[in-house]
Amino acid sequence: MSTMVLPHEKQSHAHHDDRSFIQKYVFSTDHKIIGIQFLFMSLLFLVLGGGLAMVVRWQLGFPNQPMPGGGFFSEAMMNKGIMLPEMYNASVTMHGTIMVFFAIMPLLVGVWANYLIPLQIGADDMAFPRINMASFWMAFVAGLLMVASFFVVAGPANAGWTGYAPLSANPEYSGVHTGQQLWCLSIILLGFSSLAGSVNYITTIVNMRAPGMTWLRLPLSTWSLFITSILILLAIPVLAGAMILLFFDQTLGTTFYQPEHGGQPLLWQHLFWFFGHPEVYILILPAMGFVSDIIANGSRKPIFGYKAMVFAMAGLAFLSWVVWGHHMFMSGMQPMLGGAFMVSTMVIAVPSAIKTFNWLGTMWRGNIRFHSPMLHAWSFVALFVIGGLSGIFLANTPIDIPLHDTYFVVAHIHYVLFGGSLFGIFGAIIFWFPKMFGRLMNDTLGKIHWAITFVCFNMVFWPMHKLGTMGMMRRIYDPTQYPHLQEATPINHTISLWAFALYGAQIIFVVNFFWSLFKGPKAGNNPWEANGLEWVAPSPPPHGNWDGELLTVYRGPYEYSSPEAEANGTDFILQSEKPSSRQGAPGMAPAGH
Amino acid sequence: MNGLFPFPENISTYGGDIDTLFNAVTWITGIVFIAVEVALVVFAIKYRARPGRKAQFVHGNDRLEYFWTGATFVIVITLALVSRPLWNRIKEPSQFPSPDLELAISAKQFEWNVTYPGPDGKLGTPDDFTRRSQLHMPVNKKILVTLSSEDVIHSFFLPNFRLKQDAVPGMHIKAWFEATKTGEYVLGCAELCGLGHYKMKGRVFVHSDAEWQQWQQQQAATALAPTQEATSAGAP
Amino acid sequence: MDHAVEQMKVDERLEPGVHVYNMKFGMWVFLLSEVMFFTGLIGSYIILRFAHPEMWAEPGKVLNVPLTGFNTFVLICSSVTMVKSFAAIQNGDQAGLRKWLVATVGLGALFLSIQAVEYYKLYHEGFAPSVAMYKAAGGPLYGATFYTMTGFHGAHVTIGVLCLIFTSWRAFKGKYTATSHAGVEIMGLYWHFVDLVWIILFTIVYLM
Ligand code: HEA
Ligand code: HEA
Ligand code: CUA
Ligand SMILES: [Cu+2]
Repeated sequence: MSTMVLPHEKQSHAHHDDRSFIQKYVFSTDHKIIGIQFLFMSLLFLVLGGGLAMVVRWQLGFPNQPMPGGGFFSEAMMNKGIMLPEMYNASVTMHGTIMVFFAIMPLLVGVWANYLIPLQIGADDMAFPRINMASFWMAFVAGLLMVASFFVVAGPANAGWTGYAPLSANPEYSGVHTGQQLWCLSIILLGFSSLAGSVNYITTIVNMRAPGMTWLRLPLSTWSLFITSILILLAIPVLAGAMILLFFDQTLGTTFYQPEHGGQPLLWQHLFWFFGHPEVYILILPAMGFVSDIIANGSRKPIFGYKAMVFAMAGLAFLSWVVWGHHMFMSGMQPMLGGAFMVSTMVIAVPSAIKTFNWLGTMWRGNIRFHSPMLHAWSFVALFVIGGLSGIFLANTPIDIPLHDTYFVVAHIHYVLFGGSLFGIFGAIIFWFPKMFGRLMNDTLGKIHWAITFVCFNMVFWPMHKLGTMGMMRRIYDPTQYPHLQEATPINHTISLWAFALYGAQIIFVVNFFWSLFKGPKAGNNPWEANGLEWVAPSPPPHGNWDGELLTVYRGPYEYSSPEAEANGTDFILQSEKPSSRQGAPGMAPAGH
Repeated sequence: MNGLFPFPENISTYGGDIDTLFNAVTWITGIVFIAVEVALVVFAIKYRARPGRKAQFVHGNDRLEYFWTGATFVIVITLALVSRPLWNRIKEPSQFPSPDLELAISAKQFEWNVTYPGPDGKLGTPDDFTRRSQLHMPVNKKILVTLSSEDVIHSFFLPNFRLKQDAVPGMHIKAWFEATKTGEYVLGCAELCGLGHYKMKGRVFVHSDAEWQQWQQQQAATALAPTQEATSAGAP
Repeated sequence: MDHAVEQMKVDERLEPGVHVYNMKFGMWVFLLSEVMFFTGLIGSYIILRFAHPEMWAEPGKVLNVPLTGFNTFVLICSSVTMVKSFAAIQNGDQAGLRKWLVATVGLGALFLSIQAVEYYKLYHEGFAPSVAMYKAAGGPLYGATFYTMTGFHGAHVTIGVLCLIFTSWRAFKGKYTATSHAGVEIMGLYWHFVDLVWIILFTIVYLM
């Protein structure tokens, strides 16, 4: 509930619900429905992005052999089923773009910020439900534009997800015109959607927490989404500006990024990465938040160093503004600057260390229940560390000289984005699925899916470090062209086989997801025996979330195994449970002491 | 580390230092990596839920917090400071050694045009000549190249030299290297530059002194008779 | 007294949140992102201009500074009328609110009209955004940056005028009162922001 309540703002929809089907499920202003809409949309994009990765892997593993199903593509892309560079470059570009902007980003923010924030802070909806609805539909149209670009003449964008100008600015160089323009428009529109969302999330968290829900009693998921929203709020407008200039270069004949008439190619890179590095933290922070919730729940222990965890996220967010140059060490940017960016980038290891060691601390002396969300959270830590540590190599300027734009970077990306973000997302989906749909996902299938994914993932991406040091460049259609990459051919071949297995294994998840949606065992309010407010609401929560009941918060979200809980004969205690007066103070203190 | 993360054979003067630094970072991160993964596995086994077990109710430990924050800070700052001189030595133009030979390299979709000085040893004179996607150089000589591009961004990548530098249209970027071994090596393009990015490669020849003299004179002689190649890329 | 019970009372009094209502707070947050947007554009402008000063003409040579100076004055006036309208409704003065809102709409529209005339003239003098059509003094980047920056500001003014028309319409229907006038207040915030941006743009683009 907001505090300074203007009369027209306080409406409780909890009691009767006479909205039509369209109002309820299509143009819904209910934060939960919007979250679920984002979930389905971004899972579809995840499947598409994964499919494009398979196209990429086909060419790298089986260069110049006809691709199964290759006959379906136009002749501009495939020659008798054999992939052309046009197809390869477009697939890499769209794989990166779709994964980053349309799969992972909405899966982290669009889905969970919408779904979880009001539930975790005890509000009945977002501050601006209608803007929230608009945010989803803008993202939807942006997605349509991106998909449409596959069907235009000359195909979709093919200048990489980073769209470096002048390649992206001038169709003469890339061979793609409409596709590249749609790419710009789609991302600009998605940017508006994210902005609308983040204004909403920030306002909601600041103003609509339930009584007693102080800042230091917020679950770390909500904290991470709050910090992420600030990053989105400040980073996306810069990207929008950069994209608009690029769009003008493409359509109006301006030359912001083309040097013949005074433009500057490096200007694009500075703008893009000024956005881009905060963006990669947008892509990891929410996952860190979910994982913190899940690890504490799995370990049945308070999160270790709650305050340090919050400060570390704030520190990551702050530092992310001053490190963008580490993507430009080889770009011709002044070497002096490169040296400075190396120092700032390395310092990011410090808040990351705080996070990592506190997760370990949380598991230490716990009573760990390895339900499938916990397995995913556990592998998040295991794999994020690998990606983070490979980041230290890249951040080191002299070492980045041979490694920049090689598969070492590709390995780094996937360890943080797949091993990190996507494992976090899998965990979050399984963890909050019962709240969303009222039914539990199957734990055994979840574990099988986890195990296969974990193994295949490492078999695909670990060897890429080696390809990188061998000197295999990114975004090359045919590595066999290079004499120094002859030894890479068998490695690429095996990687591709594992990648197909990885993609195939996701079917288990899809089956589990849909089967459980209809047939899964009914979940009660609190199947994981957790403490957060979302577990007070019925599963799934009704419109208005709380059945009109007003919650008050008495303690932090991680008071597992506290004496107070034990007095109840359990090892968890809901944040909203009234303390009995016989109990002493310990449970009352905000988390972090 | 060479089995785990093999680099191509190093033949440049500074490449060895990069490899050493790489190995040092591999050790540091390797230790952190093993420590974290071992802890994860040990905790998973040791503290797994069993009937009758109870989790310990603790909220953290400030001392530990200071310890790992401080330790990480010291390690990474030291690493950064230690690495800077090498970076400056390779990339900072004011610290470049004085060159024995200067070349101008102009990239365009999808070829590297290397302009060599003629007998006068100077670039920008009429006796210069240009060879497409062939980089010749004498061994044990400091070579200074000026990179430019005619269209999009390319990246001049010499895996055996541990050198990479983007060639950006509208900019003239300098880079240097010195080969320590004769032979034929590879030049690649490391920045996505269009449909032919994958085949934008060149051959690198490191000659002995005598061989180099001979090659240069021979090429200069044929170049004096106007050829089509000589016009394709001007001096910087 | 039992500690826990006392603590509980404290907790129940703990009503978190800043004491600013959602719409106003949201508008402030949104304006932060607008700041970043214009910072990006202005930053790009500065970088481009510093690299090629010869592409810019002296102030006043191509651009009509007196005309735009007048236009700046118009926009500042519109901020004043906006303040007046807010002050009026705070006192419950419905007629004042309507009068000053309409004046703000008028001034905003005047600003846009003058800008349109300016664009028309400049364009016909060969001051175009594209390389192919640029014939004025300086270089094509001058035109490109000019139209981008003033154009995006103009787009903000246009949206502002549309929202102001909506606000006025509601004012005429008597939707605002001395105690409930959030719409007018957040409209004002946006409008002052747009005005402020213009003063910065005017200084950078026209006077420097
Ligand atoms: C989720 C996304 C994500 C995350 C979290 C990160 C995290 C980091 N990244 Fe990464 N990065 C990307 C996504 C991400 N990155 C992407 C997509 C690209 C490629 C873009 C493109 O070109 O397409 C990229 C590229 C990239 C580059 C450019 C490479 C190149 O092109 O040459 C660099 C260079 O510095 C870098 C560094 C780092 C660092 C230092 C971190 C740090 O935050 C990591 C910190 C974490 C740890 C260090 C581990 C935990 C810490 C400890 C266990 C403590 C002990 C540690 C020490 C003592 C060292 N990244
Ligand atoms: C989060 C981001 C993300 C993810 C998950 C992936 C996943 C994968 N990536 Fe991706 N990749 C990038 C981001 C990502 N990638 C980026 C940013 C680039 C750089 C692009 C550029 O250079 O411009 C890149 C580049 C890149 C390359 C380099 C290409 C090149 O440089 O030439 C390769 C090569 O092998 C590759 C392979 C793969 C593979 C095999 C997977 C596999 O893991 C895919 C497995 C499949 C899935 C994970 C989908 C499964 C679907 C579900 C689970 C949905 C369930 C659905 C329902 C319930 C309805 N990727
Ligand atoms: Cu030139 Cu890639
Ligand atoms: Cu980065």
